[in-house]
Amino acid sequence: MSLAETFQLAVQNILSSKMRTFLTMLGIIIGVCAVIVIVGLGNGMQGYIEDSFADMGTDSLTVSIMGRGSSRSVSEEEMYQLVADNSDTFSRISPTVAMTGSVKIGSSTLSATAVTGVSEDYFSMKGYEITQGRGLQYTDMTGRKKVCVVGQYLNQYYYGGAAVGQTLKVGGTTFTIVGVMAMKGTGLEEGGTDDCVFVPYSTAARLSFTGTVNSYTLTVLDTDRIDEAKTTLENALYAIFEDDDAYTVGSMSEMVDEMNSMVNMIICILAGIAAISLVVGGIGIMNIMLVSVTERTREIGIRKALGARESAIMRQFVIEAATTSALGGVLGIILGFGLSAVATTVIASVMPDTPITVSPSVAAVLIAFGVSAGIGIAFGYLPAKKAAVLNPIDALRYD
Amino acid sequence: MGALIEFQEVCKYYQMGDTTVKAADHISFQIQKGEFVAIVGQSGSGKSTCMNIIGCLDVPTAGIYLLDGQGVGQMDKDQLAAIRNRMLGFIFQQYNLLPKLTLQENVEVPLMYAGVPKGERHERSRLALEMVGLGDKLRNKPSQLSGGQQQRASIARALAGDPAVILADEPTGALDSHTGREVLTMLQQLHAAGNTVVLITHDNSIAVQAQRIIRLEDGRVIYDGDATAPEAVVTPGRAGRWKEADA
Repeated sequence: MSLAETFQLAVQNILSSKMRTFLTMLGIIIGVCAVIVIVGLGNGMQGYIEDSFADMGTDSLTVSIMGRGSSRSVSEEEMYQLVADNSDTFSRISPTVAMTGSVKIGSSTLSATAVTGVSEDYFSMKGYEITQGRGLQYTDMTGRKKVCVVGQYLNQYYYGGAAVGQTLKVGGTTFTIVGVMAMKGTGLEEGGTDDCVFVPYSTAARLSFTGTVNSYTLTVLDTDRIDEAKTTLENALYAIFEDDDAYTVGSMSEMVDEMNSMVNMIICILAGIAAISLVVGGIGIMNIMLVSVTERTREIGIRKALGARESAIMRQFVIEAATTSALGGVLGIILGFGLSAVATTVIASVMPDTPITVSPSVAAVLIAFGVSAGIGIAFGYLPAKKAAVLNPIDALRYD
Repeated sequence: MGALIEFQEVCKYYQMGDTTVKAADHISFQIQKGEFVAIVGQSGSGKSTCMNIIGCLDVPTAGIYLLDGQGVGQMDKDQLAAIRNRMLGFIFQQYNLLPKLTLQENVEVPLMYAGVPKGERHERSRLALEMVGLGDKLRNKPSQLSGGQQQRASIARALAGDPAVILADEPTGALDSHTGREVLTMLQQLHAAGNTVVLITHDNSIAVQAQRIIRLEDGRVIYDGDATAPEAVVTPGRAGRWKEADA
């Protein structure tokens, strides 16, 4: 009896009791569907993260100078020269000096606001736009002027949308607001991306404890060659410090990778939980197959009397279980795609700011199908074995 | 040439708690090719055991069973399955057709296990069903047929594999006397066409339709000979005991 004939027989049997088969498959359907939707959701989240980070500039590298283990230090001029020397790799550079000390606007103290000293190039490097007033300029750097550009959050909530010309204090120093940035993030909130103040780096460095610039942001010409650029930068810095503990170079794409691996881990855990229902579904199939073997004892007896070997009976039941389970897998995949489409629509309407596209991956579909068919074989084995070893005499007498 | 079926001191013992039941107790007989033999006995006489052993569904505890010269006792399950498939055609009291399959598919089952290719299988099953007069019901399910028709379909299934022995276990047991007679006539026709037919029954009136009777009682052969002889049906001195048992 060929495999194709056994398969035909299995389909015939499955079709002869549709309701029961459907209920048997339900566990597999739900499991496969859940895995597909969860993996799809994960893909969507990854896509969303990548898009968001792309807005923030995956073309930038950040350098932090710690100065540990080396008596050398590096000046802004040396860093600018480094970029100029490697103009085929890097496009621009801006020092970034993070200022500690809280921001005071009038009588309110803002502790969550990020204050950063940057160069005049920083805004165009990051793709930030100025909507009111002007950005920072070269003369602000050289003159160490006490001017600043504020984020949209501060503008809206503390200045009623008219921040230009007003003042704020950072750690006791008064700055005049010369410009307001366009909204960067997806919502205005305290501590968010729009809760920020940018001042000239030279001013920030003078006000800081050490008086030096200790971190830089660089942009590269070719995003695809960011790893090469990172190596170039590291080599150049090593030449200066002769100790790789003295500095670190980080890239936004590394951060994206890190975020992605985090999302991946979460998705794996969730998919693992969903996969448990596949196992439960498999047990359901085993259960029904055991009942079916008992019900069909007589049929098994007849078949054995007519010359079916144990292996033929075994194969018949295993294939029937696998077919049931694989069919459940296919239905689960279809349902999974349907639910993914629904989920995309629902997410888009509930959270219009974070449009996550739930996109099931081909790999997930293949794995889900493979696993469900495999489960059928694994859980069909025990009932099939039970059927195969039935004594034909007893089986023929069974009512 | 040896006998087709040969029992040499065949024993079959079952352990029932502390007592050993001798379902077959040193049974010996031979059945030649082309014979029509009825194995008769009351329930518990050992005829079912005999039929299971002849049918290669069971192996003897002791003794030798040769089917077409091959010793069946030493065979493993797969070899027994192959022997059943090639050498034996079963006809059961309860027809034992598979209810979900059409008649033609039912007849094809043994051919399928024998590995006969699809086209030839269709042809042979159709011919077998035509032979038993069911050529117009190839696509019907067993439940759409009368008992007599179902039994004829099961005869077709037994014939399709062209077996050496046709083994009929109470083939008329579930039929009314009229259809029962039809089925018996069919078995006689098969015998006349040269087939070896072994009929197992408890009913003397059925058994006498055969050519030769082997009568069993308590696991032993008490008569083996011509079906027309009077001793074949009633064994002197034992008839009274049956009456007592019935009362």
